Amino acid sequence: MLTEVRWHGRGGMGVVTAAELLAYSSILKGYYALAFPEFGAERRGAPVTAYNRVSERPISDRSPVLEPDCVVILDPTMVKRETLRGLKRGGFVVANTARKPGELSELLGHEYRYATVDATRIALDTLKLPIVNTAMSAALVSATKIVDLEHLIEALRARFSARVAELNERAVRRAYESTEVA
Amino acid sequence: MGKPIPLSGNYAVAYAVKAADVDVIAAYPITPQTAVVEKLSEFVANGELDAEFIHVESEHSALSAVVGASAAGARVFTATSAQGLLLMYEIMHIASTMRLPIVMTIATRAISAPINIWCDHSDFMASSDAGWIMLMGVNAQEAHDLTIAAYRIAEDPRALLPVAVGYDGFWVSHTVEPVHVVEREGALRYAPKRVARYVLDPERPVTMGSLGSPDWYFEFRVQLQDAVEKSREVISEALREFKQHFGREYREVDGLYTDDADVVLVLMGSAVGSAVPFAEEARRAGLKVGVVNVRLFRPFPEEEVLKHLEGAKVVAVVDRAINPGSSSVGPLYSDVAVTAFKRGLDVPILSYVTGLGGRAVMKSHFEAMVKHAYGFVGKRMRDVKTHYSFVGVRE
Amino acid sequence: MASLSGWRTLPPGAVILEPGSSVKYKTASWRTLRPVIDQEKCIRCRLCWTYCPEPAILELEKPYTAKSGRTYKVTYEIDYDYCKGCGLCAEECPVKAITMVEEVR
Repeated sequence: MLTEVRWHGRGGMGVVTAAELLAYSSILKGYYALAFPEFGAERRGAPVTAYNRVSERPISDRSPVLEPDCVVILDPTMVKRETLRGLKRGGFVVANTARKPGELSELLGHEYRYATVDATRIALDTLKLPIVNTAMSAALVSATKIVDLEHLIEALRARFSARVAELNERAVRRAYESTEVA
Repeated sequence: MGKPIPLSGNYAVAYAVKAADVDVIAAYPITPQTAVVEKLSEFVANGELDAEFIHVESEHSALSAVVGASAAGARVFTATSAQGLLLMYEIMHIASTMRLPIVMTIATRAISAPINIWCDHSDFMASSDAGWIMLMGVNAQEAHDLTIAAYRIAEDPRALLPVAVGYDGFWVSHTVEPVHVVEREGALRYAPKRVARYVLDPERPVTMGSLGSPDWYFEFRVQLQDAVEKSREVISEALREFKQHFGREYREVDGLYTDDADVVLVLMGSAVGSAVPFAEEARRAGLKVGVVNVRLFRPFPEEEVLKHLEGAKVVAVVDRAINPGSSSVGPLYSDVAVTAFKRGLDVPILSYVTGLGGRAVMKSHFEAMVKHAYGFVGKRMRDVKTHYSFVGVRE
Repeated sequence: MASLSGWRTLPPGAVILEPGSSVKYKTASWRTLRPVIDQEKCIRCRLCWTYCPEPAILELEKPYTAKSGRTYKVTYEIDYDYCKGCGLCAEECPVKAITMVEEVR
């Protein structure tokens, strides 16, 4: 089955890396996967979009994802209806927010499923930096079980230096545990 | 085949170059190619690749440096995109007519103005008359594999020609996907280093790059044309043996569902990946659509392309570049139309230009093309008033 | 042209297999004016040798004694096989020892 994910955030949050981590994890699991950014001029603070396609079968289509199964929002200010454009009915919204999933359901519509995590808090506590990408990857994995937590951690170790991987592993484990799904 | 590892298209190329155990690399950074040579400089710095990495001040110098190194018998590599490729253009002709087996990769990108760092095929197409063998990969795996095949092709004494391997900027260069990486030992078994008969060697001095007066110049240009033409055999042999060595099969041209197709889409690059599922969907809806992927662009694989067009009622050539004011408008169209004309294939051949400057080529664009093309079923080329149109542009 | 090889038999890539073959390419026929050195006036400053783009000024270990009695260890002569008659040597000579005279063929 093909799963399509769209990531939203801002330059500096690690949106592109988040998508790459999901692809890494999926490939480690034995899936085919693509990760690609909505290619813009890279500037800190500018809106950034990235995409994933994950499937058990080879994937040929690499055009932007228009109807995702899952939208991941790294920036709390982007938690709004327009960010969800094209999201399939019953699809997942995974958001970085201190709010509960039920609150988002009221706010954004009952046709979607919601998972929330206070990733900014977790990132500041563990990394001492507001880089929420790894925590949000963990939230996505926690909500959808698209890969196992251990695949994600293995991907962290492959992608980052030992020290950075270790700090992010803490963020990932905490986010995975504290993600609330409704 | 071992387990695939996640790599971007750019990194996949860098791993191929490492496997080919090149001796000299010279390149100048330009988006979206930069990550290729960044990774290679890392390989050289940490000792994984024993090569000279020459830092140069421009692409003109980068290609010039590898021209010199190749003339001295080294296995060389360079990479570029867009404006960088255009700056190399002068030297590209020198490399080919001097018959130097240089391998270059091109992460395809639009040409300024306006400044645009994103994908189309303007750069690749603009350099297609420079006497190089030109291949285009549709994904990171192909970019990797074709780069390795390029060394075998380039250094074959029957060819002795520079080879360019294109792959779409960003859509392939920056997309992470699973790639089966060829190891050095395997790469060198498939493409052992072959030194040309004549190289710059103080022990056996020869002169290269001399003046070619009117008494001589013409002969060497005809020699180049002949070599590119004859390289077809070398290329098809290299691709055939690639399969024997690594299990992955590449042909000069792929055709899918072309046997009974009404409309055949002919295209290059990563958009092939979207055209195939589109064609499958269209067939379920009763539209007989075929897809032709032109993997080898120079020498243009006329026979292989024609084979897939013979049953078509309409041929729709999709170009990611414009040749402004030419009779073809689309550069790929030009080769397809001439090929068809030479064989008397008299069906409408239409040119669709799309996806310029990083604009995505979507299913909806193929839908629009095929809908338009179906309007010409049963007609002949002379019935077509305007052969080209732009898809996905604002009027 | 009949004696020159065709493209099928020429070495690939315009490689010239005989090193130093450019000496066979004599450029004297390009000349309309020929430089002539007045050995009496020449002070052996070597400037003509330095400036000649060809280079077609020969520095010969050939002693020369001027009428003034001054003896030089070297003599400068023109290599008329390659001199294209550009006149740079005459222009640069600080003592006007080189004159450009019309070539008579």
